[in-house]
Amino acid sequence: METPQLSSLYQQLILEHYKHPRNKGALDEPTVEIHMRNPTCGDEVKLQLRVDDGVVTEVGFTGQGCSISQASISMMTQQLAGMSVDDALELARRFTRLMHGDDEVARDRSLGDLRALQGVARFPVRVKCALLGFDALQEALNATEASTEGATP
Amino acid sequence: MSPRALDAAAVRAEFPALHQEVHGVPLVYLDNAATTQKPVAVLDALDAYYRRDNANVHRGIHELSRRATDAYEGARAKVAAWIGAPDAAEVVFTRGTTEGLNLLAWAWGTARVSEGDEILLSVQDHHSNLVPWQLLARRTGAALRYVEIDDEGRWILDDLHELVTERTRLVAVSHVSNALGTVNPVSALIDAVRARSDALVVVDGAQAVPHLPVDVAALDCDAYAFSGHKMCGPTGIGALWARRSLLEDMEPFQGGGEMISVVEREGSTWASVPHKFEAGTPNIAGAVGLGAAVSWLAGFDRNEILAHEQALSAYAMERLDELGGIRVFGPTRLEERSGVVSFTMEGTHPHDIATILDSRGVAIRAGHHCAQLVMQRYGTPATARASFYLYNTRDDVDRLVEALGTVREIFG
Ligand SMILES: Cc1ncc(COP(=O)(O)O)c(C=O)c1O
Repeated sequence: METPQLSSLYQQLILEHYKHPRNKGALDEPTVEIHMRNPTCGDEVKLQLRVDDGVVTEVGFTGQGCSISQASISMMTQQLAGMSVDDALELARRFTRLMHGDDEVARDRSLGDLRALQGVARFPVRVKCALLGFDALQEALNATEASTEGATP
Repeated sequence: MSPRALDAAAVRAEFPALHQEVHGVPLVYLDNAATTQKPVAVLDALDAYYRRDNANVHRGIHELSRRATDAYEGARAKVAAWIGAPDAAEVVFTRGTTEGLNLLAWAWGTARVSEGDEILLSVQDHHSNLVPWQLLARRTGAALRYVEIDDEGRWILDDLHELVTERTRLVAVSHVSNALGTVNPVSALIDAVRARSDALVVVDGAQAVPHLPVDVAALDCDAYAFSGHKMCGPTGIGALWARRSLLEDMEPFQGGGEMISVVEREGSTWASVPHKFEAGTPNIAGAVGLGAAVSWLAGFDRNEILAHEQALSAYAMERLDELGGIRVFGPTRLEERSGVVSFTMEGTHPHDIATILDSRGVAIRAGHHCAQLVMQRYGTPATARASFYLYNTRDDVDRLVEALGTVREIFG
């Protein structure tokens, strides 16, 4: 098997987010909150969103995990603020494709810092780590959509 | 026959899987608590069985069936002798430790445990010695109690008089901890339990049988479970030893072929032990492989295997200490440890440690090691774990430490 390069995994930007995560902390009034765990390694995240009129207005997270999961969540929260629910779901889908080795998505500037995680795709056992926050995001957004659908007349 | 001297470098030569490169560097295999590699003796036994003797057991009149049956029952006798079982009929072949414990939880527990009873476990244990009993408690309404562990991962037994009462029906603990490497004073615990109650005592020996002398009769437990794959044997085979009277009193676990005496329309009668607990075609090749592993390991003095692993643990702990910023879990006294060194590194998650080590050819495990109660006890979500076996050397430890240097470089 080809030797995966550590340097492609542990980029400076990733380590920087790991050491100084953005949006880490609990929200005062979240509208939705998802607790997600990776049962094989014990990593966990509690993702909180405030969604007003179909737009993510605030996002925060707490939890603990490896550099990949924490950096991925931190970068994700950076992208999320001000996004519509639909755009946020699209972000999750695109990032998932990036993790499955889709090179076309890798050129997508709208992913922002998240592109630094491209190298994770070459470490299949770590893909789960990078997706932990996005799995929580998708659940949170689906829950939000379900509740607003029920609420609209 | 006097035992073979334990020369790890020579022993290594008998393990084909240890002689390979991963990611362009020679493999250092330090994940032995998860599963061990297999010596040529075991690989050859499996190969010979399938090439020459393969047939179903206890069924055919023909020559191959006789050979397969002899090999299967011969393996049982070897396993029995290896753990000091007074009678080979007390050894039930299972899929592994997990199945042995589940067998007891169903076949014994369901009939013998009821509401108001207590089950005593330890927070040190592997999920496979916790969850089957939690399920049993849920089925029966029994209450769970736990032996706590101290800062060094040792049982706290001061309050045993409160933990073991006349309501205690079952005590299930492990001989050696897989997450911390603690070698537990099982014998002392069993004596204390016997003095206070007539509870059934079940021991999870998954991390003991491969590494140190085990004598179930001397221990005076009622049942003892372990896995073949952690002691040079194949996956999918293990053994449950239990007192004959216990096996005879229990109802079967699974029903099917091999385990019956007479089947009639309204019901059936059971084969004698241990066959009553071996429904269906068993893992014959697995048993043959396990028998070969026992024969191979029996060539060594097991005290020497333990001493070898403890020496590697001591060396690893010394070198990790030099590295600094590392917290090693488990007992400080070497006599209380096995060849497991569980640790965390400041500022770096165990998962990242394992990935970087893997890229340097060093295989360790990172995670909760199926012992989440241990992780909760020490307030850490996971640890990195290096675990040694008789084929590991000081060079392996050096490679581990060198790779941890790379972790430092990356994470600062
Ligand atoms: C202490 C302990 N108990 C039980 C088990 C379960 O063994 P198996 O998965 O072979 O059934 C293990 C191995 O992971 C273990 O280390």
